[in-house]
Amino acid sequence: MNPGATGQATAWSVAPGPRGRGASSNAWRKRLEIFFFVAPALLLFATFVLLPVVQAARYSVFRWNGLGPMDNFIGFQNYVMALGDTVFQRSVTNNLTIAVLSIAIQLPIGVLIALLLNRKFPGQTAMRVIVFVPYVLAEVVAGVIWKLLLQPSGGVNAFLEAIGLGGVTQSWLANSSVALWTVMGVLTWKYCGLAIVLLLAGLQGVPEELHEAASIDGASWWQTQRKITIPLLGPTIRTWMFLSMIGSLQLFDMVWILTKGGPDNATSTMATYLIRQGTERSQYGYSSAVAIILFVISFVIAGLFQKLVMNRDSGDDKPKQRRKKVSR
Amino acid sequence: MKRTAALRAVALGAAVAMIATACSSGSAGDDATDGSGDENVTLTWWHNSNTGAGKDYYDELADKFESDHPGVTIEVSALQHEDMLTKLDAAFQTNSAPDIYMERGGGELKSHVEAGLTKDITESAADTISAIGGSVDGWTVDGRVYSLPFSIGVVGFWYNKAMFAQAGITENPKTMDELYAAVDKLKAVGIEPISVGAGDGWPAAHYWYYFGLRQCSKDALEAATQKFEFTDDCWVRAGESLEELISKQPFNTGFEATEAQGTPESASGLLANRKVAMELAGHWEPGVMQGLTEDEQGLGEDTGWFPFPEVSGGEGDPAAQLGGGDAWACSEKSPDVCVDFIEFLLASDQQKRFAELDMGLPTLPSATAFVAAPELAQLLSFRNEAPYVQLYFDTAFGENIGGAMNDAIVSVFNSNGTSQGIVDAITSAAALEQ
Repeated sequence: MNPGATGQATAWSVAPGPRGRGASSNAWRKRLEIFFFVAPALLLFATFVLLPVVQAARYSVFRWNGLGPMDNFIGFQNYVMALGDTVFQRSVTNNLTIAVLSIAIQLPIGVLIALLLNRKFPGQTAMRVIVFVPYVLAEVVAGVIWKLLLQPSGGVNAFLEAIGLGGVTQSWLANSSVALWTVMGVLTWKYCGLAIVLLLAGLQGVPEELHEAASIDGASWWQTQRKITIPLLGPTIRTWMFLSMIGSLQLFDMVWILTKGGPDNATSTMATYLIRQGTERSQYGYSSAVAIILFVISFVIAGLFQKLVMNRDSGDDKPKQRRKKVSR
Repeated sequence: MKRTAALRAVALGAAVAMIATACSSGSAGDDATDGSGDENVTLTWWHNSNTGAGKDYYDELADKFESDHPGVTIEVSALQHEDMLTKLDAAFQTNSAPDIYMERGGGELKSHVEAGLTKDITESAADTISAIGGSVDGWTVDGRVYSLPFSIGVVGFWYNKAMFAQAGITENPKTMDELYAAVDKLKAVGIEPISVGAGDGWPAAHYWYYFGLRQCSKDALEAATQKFEFTDDCWVRAGESLEELISKQPFNTGFEATEAQGTPESASGLLANRKVAMELAGHWEPGVMQGLTEDEQGLGEDTGWFPFPEVSGGEGDPAAQLGGGDAWACSEKSPDVCVDFIEFLLASDQQKRFAELDMGLPTLPSATAFVAAPELAQLLSFRNEAPYVQLYFDTAFGENIGGAMNDAIVSVFNSNGTSQGIVDAITSAAALEQ
């Protein structure tokens, strides 16, 4: 305890002095301190994130079945094969479809429900919990339940028949022209909760005075939401869109449980393609190439979104706003 | 405060380093590389009889071998089947396979042999190999034998006798036309005729394999399986036969997404729970069905079996069967006594007991009479009388070509593919492997 306490005392007393030996040793100590705190995290990051990425890049230029030495160098042939494969192209299309539809469907639903749940009414807390439950439920559990419900003789069809809609019953997961929409429906059910909770949190940041001012000016509830609340939710919406998009691009577990990418690749995503055509066929070089392509696509889209959409939420444009205010 | 934080950081770093090294060392069979001489030897043995009488029997055999061979210790790992396959894959990649393991033959064995992972036992197990006879063909690479098959079954139609009686089907279908007539009769009394796990690929692919077997002469078959030559038009005809079958709509609702086995909604589950009348499956079916009904009886007394029907105009032998099985293999670096052990497992007494316990279909001709279940005995007689038993094509071709082939067949089941498309998928996948 004692030496530690003295160390701290000297650190404090020397800190204000900008020049001299004391300052440089202090800076050095500070660096050491940062190193000690950051090193474990960096080590973990390097071992479990950077190293696998580098390894995947290395595997991706070989034809290798995982057995024996990796000596069949084929350059970028794996990449050419993947990009030219119609099933992979379909998987990319599916990913993009899911990304766009997720935002297009979940955003309006999310905003509406968040606005409703933000008003005070009896049972408000219970409603919030119910809405958030699907998101909390483990992916595998939710997937297995939906898979059972969506069987030809399952609960969904039984329900439809019971309410007199026997004509629209389907083999929801087996019909290749319906399966993607079924998956989309389950994804909406699963992830709407996240949008709602984030938006509810965002709503807490909207100052009450603005609502009061608006109501004094005679604005209706709907006008207040449209002109004040939703614009002020912008940063939250953009953050959620970013999360939703990255999740859609890397989508694996729900699809894997519901359809394994089938029937006949109708619901294949880049990640399920990677497993089915790559590792399940012992094509480790090829699956690494697919993994790198998936990485690049996610990286580019994430970067573009950051630059073009989320840029306005970062610190850079704050001075602009301030200037506007001043000029008024 | 600072020092404890620093120490904590160092400790965490060291822990991470330790975990990292722990992952890279500690391979399973390292200590058993040298088995010659009087030194103590440990053999590791992975098998998938992980429940009931089968597990006890294998433990018993390991004990017996140990007492007959002083100094030999056998470490037995009884694993669930899928777990075993996953562990084996990882073990082969890190060159730490157990000494004795299960080998399914075909392309998988070929890649193990090419990577120098499996022991050549052509000379060391010569006596047992000749006792087993032609069944070892599926475990041969370039004329050398690498494993001893202990159970080989064939694929055929399992059916519900009560449902056949209800539909007025008095004789088992012997030709495809008779099968189609049976399908119509079943539909007429409101029974879904056939379940197929097309969601998993291979159960659907078995139909195309069988149509190939019926349409193609033995020469065309050999050219295909050995040189990937699919120039004979019998392969396209096989696809056309498949399209004809699909056009009769004999399959369960939603078969495109149905799994092979494992749940009551799977293809085996539908047959076991009396929702469909038939399923094309291997010798494992009665055992699988027992696990899928509440009374653990499967179809019980109503279980029936008949071989895949004849296809008119086909050039293949109508008695030829499609099948596959399991064999014991020794990994390349296992001690020599490993071969003694797998020969011991294939000895007459052991194969008889294996048959009596219904653990599989014995390969040793002298043991086949001891199979207890009547349907399995019937299936076995078709296997023994078959002019040739063709190994499942996907196993024979290996994971990559086999996977591409099965996907193309599934496309036909989904009305998106063509019979030529199947042949094209195989040949283009094969071209990459050459």
